[in-house]
Amino acid sequence: MSRSYDRALTVFSPDGHLFQVEYALEAVRKGTCAVGLRGQDVVVLGVEKKSVLQLQDPRTVRKVAMLDDHICLAFAGLTADGRVLIDRARIECQSHRLTVEDPVTVEYITRHIATIQQKYTQSGGVRPFGISTLIVGFDPHDTKPRLYQTEPSGIYSEWKANAIGRSSKTVREFLEKNHKDGMSRDDAIKLTVKSLLEVVQTGAKNIEISVMESYGKITSLDLPQIEAIVTEIEREKEAEAERKRSRLAATAAGQAAMTQRAGEGSGQ
Amino acid sequence: MDIVLGIRVQDSTIIATSKAATRGISVLKTTDDKTRALNTHNLLAYTGEAGDTVQFAEYIQANIQLYTMRENDIELSPKATASFVRNELATSIRSRKPFQVNVLLGGFDPKTNTPSLNWIDYLGTQVELPYAAHGHYRPDMKLEEGLELLKLSLKELETRMPIDFKGVYVKVVDKDGIRDVAEY
Repeated sequence: MSRSYDRALTVFSPDGHLFQVEYALEAVRKGTCAVGLRGQDVVVLGVEKKSVLQLQDPRTVRKVAMLDDHICLAFAGLTADGRVLIDRARIECQSHRLTVEDPVTVEYITRHIATIQQKYTQSGGVRPFGISTLIVGFDPHDTKPRLYQTEPSGIYSEWKANAIGRSSKTVREFLEKNHKDGMSRDDAIKLTVKSLLEVVQTGAKNIEISVMESYGKITSLDLPQIEAIVTEIEREKEAEAERKRSRLAATAAGQAAMTQRAGEGSGQ
Repeated sequence: MDIVLGIRVQDSTIIATSKAATRGISVLKTTDDKTRALNTHNLLAYTGEAGDTVQFAEYIQANIQLYTMRENDIELSPKATASFVRNELATSIRSRKPFQVNVLLGGFDPKTNTPSLNWIDYLGTQVELPYAAHGHYRPDMKLEEGLELLKLSLKELETRMPIDFKGVYVKVVDKDGIRDVAEY
Protein backbone atom coordinates (compact mmCIF):
# COMPACT_ATOMS: atom_id res chain seq x y z
CA MET A 1 0.00 0.00 0.00
CA SER A 2 2.49 2.58 1.17
CA ARG A 3 4.80 1.64 -1.69
CA SER A 4 2.39 3.03 -4.27
CA TYR A 5 3.19 6.56 -3.09
CA ASP A 6 6.66 6.50 -4.57
CA ARG A 7 5.51 4.92 -7.83
CA ALA A 8 3.10 7.52 -9.19
CA LEU A 9 4.54 10.98 -9.69
CA THR A 10 2.99 14.15 -8.30
CA VAL A 11 1.27 12.20 -5.60
CA PHE A 12 1.87 13.24 -2.02
CA SER A 13 2.82 10.70 0.58
CA PRO A 14 0.60 10.97 3.69
CA ASP A 15 3.28 12.94 5.53
CA GLY A 16 3.51 15.53 2.74
CA HIS A 17 6.54 14.35 0.78
CA LEU A 18 6.95 14.08 -2.97
CA PHE A 19 9.24 11.09 -3.15
CA GLN A 20 10.18 11.49 -6.83
CA VAL A 21 11.42 15.01 -6.15
CA GLU A 22 13.45 13.76 -3.22
CA TYR A 23 14.97 11.04 -5.39
CA ALA A 24 15.89 13.70 -7.92
CA LEU A 25 17.76 15.55 -5.16
CA GLU A 26 19.53 12.28 -4.47
CA ALA A 27 20.65 12.18 -8.12
CA VAL A 28 22.00 15.72 -7.65
CA ARG A 29 23.96 14.62 -4.58
CA LYS A 30 25.57 11.87 -6.66
CA GLY A 31 26.66 14.36 -9.37
CA THR A 32 30.06 16.04 -9.39
CA CYS A 33 30.48 19.16 -7.28
CA ALA A 34 30.00 22.71 -8.59
CA VAL A 35 30.81 25.93 -6.75
CA GLY A 36 29.65 29.48 -7.44
CA LEU A 37 31.12 32.52 -5.72
CA ARG A 38 30.54 36.27 -5.94
CA GLY A 39 33.33 38.79 -5.44
CA GLN A 40 33.28 42.59 -5.54
CA ASP A 41 32.79 42.85 -9.30
CA VAL A 42 33.43 39.31 -10.41
CA VAL A 43 31.63 36.01 -10.25
CA VAL A 44 33.41 32.66 -10.36
CA LEU A 45 32.14 29.20 -11.28
CA GLY A 46 34.22 26.20 -10.33
CA VAL A 47 33.36 22.61 -11.15
CA GLU A 48 34.80 19.24 -10.38
CA LYS A 49 35.62 17.50 -13.63
CA LYS A 50 35.29 13.75 -13.73
CA SER A 51 38.38 12.08 -15.16
CA VAL A 52 37.52 10.97 -18.68
CA LEU A 53 38.44 7.58 -20.03
CA GLN A 54 41.79 7.29 -21.70
CA LEU A 55 40.46 7.32 -25.25
CA GLN A 56 37.64 9.82 -24.66
CA ASP A 57 37.76 13.42 -25.88
CA PRO A 58 37.54 15.57 -22.73
CA ARG A 59 36.17 18.55 -24.67
CA THR A 60 32.89 16.74 -25.25
CA VAL A 61 32.24 16.35 -21.53
CA ARG A 62 30.96 19.70 -20.30
CA LYS A 63 29.29 20.79 -17.10
CA VAL A 64 29.50 24.53 -17.69
CA ALA A 65 27.49 26.12 -20.51
CA MET A 66 26.88 29.63 -21.78
CA LEU A 67 23.17 30.44 -21.99
CA ASP A 68 23.72 33.86 -23.56
CA ASP A 69 26.65 36.30 -23.93
CA HIS A 70 26.30 37.37 -20.30
CA ILE A 71 24.99 34.28 -18.50
CA CYS A 72 26.73 31.06 -17.58
CA LEU A 73 25.33 27.90 -16.02
CA ALA A 74 26.87 24.95 -14.19
CA PHE A 75 24.91 21.93 -13.06
CA ALA A 76 25.22 18.86 -10.88
CA GLY A 77 23.26 15.68 -11.46
CA LEU A 78 22.16 13.83 -14.58
CA THR A 79 24.14 15.22 -17.51
CA ALA A 80 21.50 14.24 -20.06
CA ASP A 81 18.82 16.21 -18.18
CA GLY A 82 21.20 19.14 -17.98
CA ARG A 83 21.62 19.27 -21.73
CA VAL A 84 17.89 19.43 -22.32
CA LEU A 85 17.36 22.15 -19.72
CA ILE A 86 20.28 24.20 -21.10
CA ASP A 87 18.80 24.08 -24.59
CA ARG A 88 15.41 25.25 -23.32
CA ALA A 89 17.13 28.13 -21.50
CA ARG A 90 19.15 29.15 -24.58
CA ILE A 91 16.00 29.28 -26.69
CA GLU A 92 14.33 31.46 -24.06
CA CYS A 93 17.34 33.83 -24.01
CA GLN A 94 17.06 34.42 -27.76
CA SER A 95 13.28 34.52 -27.70
CA HIS A 96 13.43 37.19 -24.99
CA ARG A 97 15.82 39.29 -27.08
CA LEU A 98 13.54 38.92 -30.09
CA THR A 99 10.38 39.97 -28.28
CA VAL A 100 11.59 42.80 -26.06
CA GLU A 101 14.91 43.75 -27.73
CA ASP A 102 16.77 43.27 -24.47
CA PRO A 103 18.87 40.44 -23.12
CA VAL A 104 17.45 38.50 -20.17
CA THR A 105 18.37 39.33 -16.60
CA VAL A 106 20.00 36.60 -14.54
CA GLU A 107 16.96 36.36 -12.30
CA TYR A 108 14.60 36.12 -15.27
CA ILE A 109 16.35 33.13 -16.82
CA THR A 110 16.78 31.51 -13.40
CA ARG A 111 13.05 31.84 -12.78
CA HIS A 112 12.36 30.45 -16.25
CA ILE A 113 14.54 27.40 -15.59
CA ALA A 114 13.05 26.87 -12.13
CA THR A 115 9.56 27.10 -13.63
CA ILE A 116 10.38 24.36 -16.14
CA GLN A 117 11.75 22.23 -13.31
CA GLN A 118 8.61 22.82 -11.23
CA LYS A 119 6.33 21.85 -14.15
CA TYR A 120 7.97 18.44 -14.21
CA THR A 121 6.89 17.84 -10.60
CA GLN A 122 3.24 18.56 -11.32
CA SER A 123 2.47 16.96 -14.67
CA GLY A 124 1.54 13.42 -15.56
CA GLY A 125 3.80 10.93 -17.28
CA VAL A 126 7.05 12.76 -16.64
CA ARG A 127 9.79 12.65 -14.03
CA PRO A 128 11.55 15.64 -12.46
CA PHE A 129 14.89 16.93 -13.79
CA GLY A 130 17.67 15.21 -11.84
CA ILE A 131 19.78 18.37 -11.68
CA SER A 132 20.47 21.42 -9.58
CA THR A 133 21.97 24.43 -11.34
CA LEU A 134 24.16 27.39 -10.44
CA ILE A 135 23.51 30.35 -12.71
CA VAL A 136 25.93 33.28 -12.79
CA GLY A 137 26.17 36.46 -14.81
CA PHE A 138 25.53 40.17 -15.05
CA ASP A 139 22.28 41.98 -15.79
CA PRO A 140 22.29 44.32 -18.79
CA HIS A 141 23.46 47.86 -17.85
CA ASP A 142 24.53 46.69 -14.40
CA THR A 143 27.87 45.99 -12.73
CA LYS A 144 26.68 43.77 -9.91
CA PRO A 145 27.70 40.11 -10.24
CA ARG A 146 24.89 37.64 -9.64
CA LEU A 147 24.62 34.05 -8.51
CA TYR A 148 21.46 31.94 -8.38
CA GLN A 149 20.66 28.33 -7.67
CA THR A 150 17.77 26.15 -8.86
CA GLU A 151 16.68 22.72 -7.61
CA PRO A 152 14.66 19.83 -9.06
CA SER A 153 11.63 20.95 -7.02
CA GLY A 154 11.59 24.30 -8.81
CA ILE A 155 12.93 26.30 -5.88
CA TYR A 156 15.30 29.12 -6.83
CA SER A 157 17.33 31.45 -4.64
CA GLU A 158 20.15 34.00 -4.80
CA TRP A 159 23.49 33.46 -3.04
CA LYS A 160 26.81 35.09 -2.22
CA ALA A 161 28.48 31.71 -2.56
CA ASN A 162 27.14 28.20 -2.81
CA ALA A 163 27.90 24.63 -3.82
CA ILE A 164 25.82 21.83 -5.34
CA GLY A 165 26.42 18.15 -5.98
CA ARG A 166 28.67 15.63 -4.27
CA SER A 167 29.90 16.77 -0.80
CA SER A 168 28.25 20.15 -1.38
CA LYS A 169 27.53 20.39 2.37
CA THR A 170 31.23 20.26 3.21
CA VAL A 171 32.03 22.88 0.57
CA ARG A 172 29.16 25.16 1.65
CA GLU A 173 30.32 25.01 5.26
CA PHE A 174 33.83 25.85 4.12
CA LEU A 175 32.47 28.81 2.15
CA GLU A 176 30.40 29.96 5.13
CA LYS A 177 33.61 30.06 7.19
CA ASN A 178 35.78 31.77 4.61
CA HIS A 179 33.60 33.97 2.42
CA LYS A 180 34.12 37.72 2.78
CA ASP A 181 32.18 40.49 1.08
CA GLY A 182 33.92 42.46 -1.64
CA MET A 183 36.60 39.96 -2.61
CA SER A 184 38.97 40.83 -5.46
CA ARG A 185 39.15 38.73 -8.63
CA ASP A 186 42.20 36.79 -7.45
CA ASP A 187 40.82 36.21 -3.96
CA ALA A 188 37.51 35.00 -5.36
CA ILE A 189 39.21 32.55 -7.72
CA LYS A 190 41.51 31.35 -4.95
CA LEU A 191 38.65 30.72 -2.53
CA THR A 192 36.72 28.85 -5.22
CA VAL A 193 39.69 26.57 -5.91
CA LYS A 194 40.34 26.18 -2.19
CA SER A 195 36.76 25.17 -1.50
CA LEU A 196 36.81 22.64 -4.34
CA LEU A 197 40.08 21.20 -3.05
CA GLU A 198 38.17 20.25 0.13
CA VAL A 199 36.41 17.56 -1.88
CA VAL A 200 38.49 17.05 -5.03
CA GLN A 201 41.41 14.89 -3.99
CA THR A 202 43.03 14.70 -7.40
CA GLY A 203 43.81 18.45 -7.52
CA ALA A 204 44.14 20.86 -10.43
CA LYS A 205 43.58 18.45 -13.30
CA ASN A 206 40.04 17.72 -12.11
CA ILE A 207 39.06 21.35 -11.58
CA GLU A 208 37.55 23.71 -14.14
CA ILE A 209 37.22 27.44 -13.41
CA SER A 210 35.21 30.06 -15.32
CA VAL A 211 35.40 33.73 -14.39
CA MET A 212 32.94 36.42 -15.45
CA GLU A 213 34.28 39.92 -14.86
CA SER A 214 31.63 42.10 -16.41
CA TYR A 215 28.74 41.91 -18.83
CA GLY A 216 29.72 39.37 -21.48
CA LYS A 217 33.38 39.13 -20.43
CA ILE A 218 34.04 35.52 -19.51
CA THR A 219 37.29 33.59 -19.38
CA SER A 220 38.09 30.06 -18.39
CA LEU A 221 41.37 29.31 -16.68
CA ASP A 222 43.69 26.80 -18.30
CA LEU A 223 45.41 23.96 -16.48
CA PRO A 224 48.75 25.73 -15.74
CA GLN A 225 46.87 28.69 -14.22
CA ILE A 226 44.82 26.42 -11.95
CA GLU A 227 47.94 24.42 -11.07
CA ALA A 228 49.69 27.65 -10.04
CA ILE A 229 46.79 28.53 -7.73
CA VAL A 230 46.72 25.03 -6.25
CA THR A 231 50.47 25.17 -5.58
CA GLU A 232 50.08 28.55 -3.91
CA ILE A 233 47.27 27.22 -1.70
CA GLU A 234 49.35 24.18 -0.75
CA ARG A 235 52.30 26.41 0.10
CA GLU A 236 50.10 28.55 2.35
CA LYS A 237 48.70 25.47 4.06
CA GLU A 238 52.24 24.18 4.59
CA ALA A 239 53.36 27.50 6.07
CA GLU A 240 50.33 27.53 8.36
CA ALA A 241 51.10 24.01 9.55
CA GLU A 242 54.72 25.01 10.11
CA ARG A 243 53.66 27.99 12.24
CA LYS A 244 51.38 25.75 14.24
CA ARG A 245 54.20 23.26 14.82
CA SER A 246 56.65 25.90 15.95
CA ARG A 247 54.00 27.47 18.18
CA LEU A 248 53.36 24.09 19.78
CA ALA A 249 57.08 23.53 20.20
CA ALA A 250 57.48 26.94 21.82
CA THR A 251 54.64 26.25 24.23
CA ALA A 252 56.08 22.87 25.08
CA ALA A 253 59.51 24.39 25.66
CA GLY A 254 57.99 27.08 27.83
CA GLN A 255 56.16 24.54 29.91
CA ALA A 256 59.28 22.42 30.28
CA ALA A 257 61.24 25.44 31.47
CA MET A 258 58.54 26.24 33.96
CA THR A 259 58.42 22.77 35.49
CA GLN A 260 62.20 22.78 35.66
CA ARG A 261 62.22 26.11 37.46
CA ALA A 262 59.53 24.86 39.81
CA GLY A 263 61.68 21.82 40.50
CA GLU A 264 64.71 24.00 41.25
CA GLY A 265 62.60 26.15 43.55
CA SER A 266 61.45 23.20 45.66
CA GLY A 267 65.04 21.98 45.89
CA GLN A 268 66.18 25.09 47.77
CA MET B 1 12.44 52.34 -53.35
CA ASP B 2 14.97 51.11 -50.83
CA ILE B 3 18.50 50.70 -52.02
CA VAL B 4 20.61 47.75 -51.00
CA LEU B 5 23.95 47.21 -52.67
CA GLY B 6 26.65 44.66 -52.17
CA ILE B 7 30.12 44.39 -53.62
CA ARG B 8 32.47 41.53 -53.03
CA VAL B 9 36.12 42.47 -53.30
CA GLN B 10 39.40 40.66 -52.72
CA ASP B 11 39.25 40.13 -48.98
CA SER B 12 35.98 41.66 -47.86
CA THR B 13 32.38 42.32 -48.79
CA ILE B 14 30.91 45.83 -48.84
CA ILE B 15 27.24 46.41 -48.09
CA ALA B 16 25.50 49.75 -48.61
CA THR B 17 21.89 50.47 -47.65
CA SER B 18 19.91 53.69 -48.10
CA LYS B 19 19.09 55.65 -44.95
CA ALA B 20 15.61 56.76 -46.01
CA ALA B 21 12.57 54.98 -44.65
CA THR B 22 9.72 55.87 -46.97
CA ARG B 23 6.02 55.27 -47.02
CA GLY B 24 4.25 56.28 -50.18
CA ILE B 25 5.67 59.64 -51.11
CA SER B 26 6.83 60.61 -47.63
CA VAL B 27 10.21 60.09 -46.10
CA LEU B 28 9.52 59.01 -42.51
CA LYS B 29 13.08 58.70 -41.33
CA THR B 30 16.52 59.59 -42.65
CA THR B 31 18.60 57.35 -40.39
CA ASP B 32 17.10 53.94 -41.06
CA ASP B 33 19.59 51.08 -40.90
CA LYS B 34 18.43 48.25 -43.16
CA THR B 35 20.95 45.73 -41.89
CA ARG B 36 21.24 43.29 -39.00
CA ALA B 37 24.46 41.60 -37.88
CA LEU B 38 23.73 37.87 -37.66
CA ASN B 39 27.08 36.98 -36.10
CA THR B 40 30.59 38.42 -36.25
CA HIS B 41 31.10 37.59 -39.92
CA ASN B 42 27.61 37.75 -41.44
CA LEU B 43 25.64 40.87 -42.26
CA LEU B 44 22.08 40.73 -43.53
CA ALA B 45 20.71 43.66 -45.56
CA TYR B 46 17.05 43.67 -46.47
CA THR B 47 14.33 45.31 -48.55
CA GLY B 48 10.65 44.57 -48.89
CA GLU B 49 7.33 45.07 -47.15
CA ALA B 50 7.68 47.38 -44.17
CA GLY B 51 7.23 45.40 -40.98
CA ASP B 52 7.95 42.05 -42.62
CA THR B 53 11.56 43.07 -43.17
CA VAL B 54 12.60 43.82 -39.61
CA GLN B 55 10.48 40.98 -38.23
CA PHE B 56 12.16 38.52 -40.58
CA ALA B 57 15.70 39.87 -40.15
CA GLU B 58 15.50 39.77 -36.36
CA TYR B 59 13.99 36.31 -36.41
CA ILE B 60 16.92 35.12 -38.51
CA GLN B 61 19.34 36.98 -36.23
CA ALA B 62 17.93 35.24 -33.13
CA ASN B 63 18.20 31.83 -34.77
CA ILE B 64 21.79 32.36 -35.91
CA GLN B 65 22.71 33.62 -32.43
CA LEU B 66 21.04 30.55 -30.90
CA TYR B 67 23.15 28.36 -33.16
CA THR B 68 26.29 30.11 -31.88
CA MET B 69 25.29 29.57 -28.24
CA ARG B 70 24.42 25.91 -28.86
CA GLU B 71 27.71 25.17 -30.59
CA ASN B 72 29.92 26.78 -27.93
CA ASP B 73 30.79 29.89 -29.92
CA ILE B 74 31.29 28.18 -33.24
CA GLU B 75 29.67 30.40 -35.87
CA LEU B 76 27.61 29.37 -38.85
CA SER B 77 29.50 29.98 -42.11
CA PRO B 78 28.19 32.48 -44.71
CA LYS B 79 27.23 29.65 -47.06
CA ALA B 80 25.31 27.78 -44.36
CA THR B 81 23.71 31.03 -43.21
CA ALA B 82 22.57 31.80 -46.75
CA SER B 83 21.10 28.31 -47.08
CA PHE B 84 19.27 28.76 -43.79
CA VAL B 85 17.82 32.12 -44.86
CA ARG B 86 16.81 30.70 -48.24
CA ASN B 87 15.08 27.77 -46.56
CA GLU B 88 13.18 30.10 -44.23
CA LEU B 89 11.96 32.18 -47.17
CA ALA B 90 11.14 29.09 -49.25
CA THR B 91 9.06 27.73 -46.36
CA SER B 92 7.47 31.12 -45.86
CA ILE B 93 6.31 31.53 -49.50
CA ARG B 94 4.38 28.26 -49.14
CA SER B 95 2.58 29.46 -46.03
CA ARG B 96 -0.71 31.35 -45.66
CA LYS B 97 1.04 34.71 -45.16
CA PRO B 98 4.54 34.75 -46.65
CA PHE B 99 7.26 37.23 -45.68
CA GLN B 100 7.75 39.75 -48.49
CA VAL B 101 11.44 40.23 -47.91
CA ASN B 102 14.47 40.23 -50.18
CA VAL B 103 17.93 40.09 -48.68
CA LEU B 104 21.58 40.45 -49.45
CA LEU B 105 23.90 38.52 -47.19
CA GLY B 106 27.43 39.84 -46.92
CA GLY B 107 29.78 37.39 -45.29
CA PHE B 108 33.36 36.46 -44.66
CA ASP B 109 34.39 32.90 -43.94
CA PRO B 110 37.37 33.05 -41.55
CA LYS B 111 38.12 29.35 -42.08
CA THR B 112 38.76 29.66 -45.82
CA ASN B 113 39.47 33.41 -45.78
CA THR B 114 36.87 34.07 -48.47
CA PRO B 115 34.40 36.92 -48.67
CA SER B 116 30.98 36.19 -50.15
CA LEU B 117 27.84 37.94 -51.28
CA ASN B 118 24.52 36.09 -51.41
CA TRP B 119 21.36 37.41 -53.04
CA ILE B 120 18.13 35.83 -51.81
CA ASP B 121 14.62 36.94 -52.75
CA TYR B 122 11.20 36.34 -51.19
CA LEU B 123 10.53 33.43 -53.56
CA GLY B 124 13.45 31.56 -52.11
CA THR B 125 15.86 32.16 -54.97
CA GLN B 126 19.44 32.14 -53.79
CA VAL B 127 22.47 33.12 -55.85
CA GLU B 128 26.03 33.63 -54.74
CA LEU B 129 27.11 36.64 -56.73
CA PRO B 130 30.69 36.50 -57.95
CA TYR B 131 30.20 39.78 -59.82
CA ALA B 132 27.93 42.64 -58.96
CA ALA B 133 27.37 46.27 -59.86
CA HIS B 134 26.98 46.32 -63.61
CA GLY B 135 30.24 45.30 -65.16
CA HIS B 136 32.44 47.85 -63.44
CA TYR B 137 33.58 44.97 -61.40
CA ARG B 138 36.92 43.13 -61.26
CA PRO B 139 37.27 40.20 -58.82
CA ASP B 140 40.75 41.27 -57.65
CA MET B 141 39.59 44.70 -56.50
CA LYS B 142 40.98 46.10 -53.30
CA LEU B 143 38.61 47.39 -50.61
CA GLU B 144 39.44 51.00 -51.54
CA GLU B 145 38.64 50.30 -55.20
CA GLY B 146 35.39 48.64 -54.13
CA LEU B 147 34.42 51.69 -52.11
CA GLU B 148 35.33 53.86 -55.09
CA LEU B 149 33.05 51.71 -57.27
CA LEU B 150 30.32 52.09 -54.68
CA LYS B 151 30.68 55.86 -54.94
CA LEU B 152 30.22 55.64 -58.72
CA SER B 153 27.16 53.42 -58.32
CA LEU B 154 25.64 55.78 -55.80
CA LYS B 155 26.27 58.76 -58.04
CA GLU B 156 24.46 56.90 -60.79
CA LEU B 157 21.57 56.18 -58.42
CA GLU B 158 21.37 59.80 -57.31
CA THR B 159 21.10 60.83 -60.95
CA ARG B 160 18.49 58.28 -61.92
CA MET B 161 16.34 57.81 -58.80
CA PRO B 162 13.26 60.03 -58.62
CA ILE B 163 13.62 60.49 -54.87
CA ASP B 164 16.29 61.48 -52.44
CA PHE B 165 17.18 58.29 -50.60
CA LYS B 166 19.10 60.23 -47.90
CA GLY B 167 22.46 58.64 -48.53
CA VAL B 168 23.57 55.19 -47.44
CA TYR B 169 25.06 53.31 -44.53
CA VAL B 170 28.13 51.41 -45.67
CA LYS B 171 29.43 48.38 -43.80
CA VAL B 172 32.33 46.07 -44.52
CA VAL B 173 32.59 42.40 -43.57
CA ASP B 174 36.10 40.97 -43.51
CA LYS B 175 38.36 38.80 -41.36
CA ASP B 176 37.99 41.19 -38.42
CA GLY B 177 34.18 41.08 -38.52
CA ILE B 178 31.64 43.78 -39.38
CA ARG B 179 32.49 47.50 -39.29
CA ASP B 180 30.94 50.78 -40.37
CA VAL B 181 32.51 52.96 -43.05
CA ALA B 182 31.91 56.51 -41.88
CA GLU B 183 32.77 58.34 -45.10
CA TYR B 184 29.39 58.01 -46.79
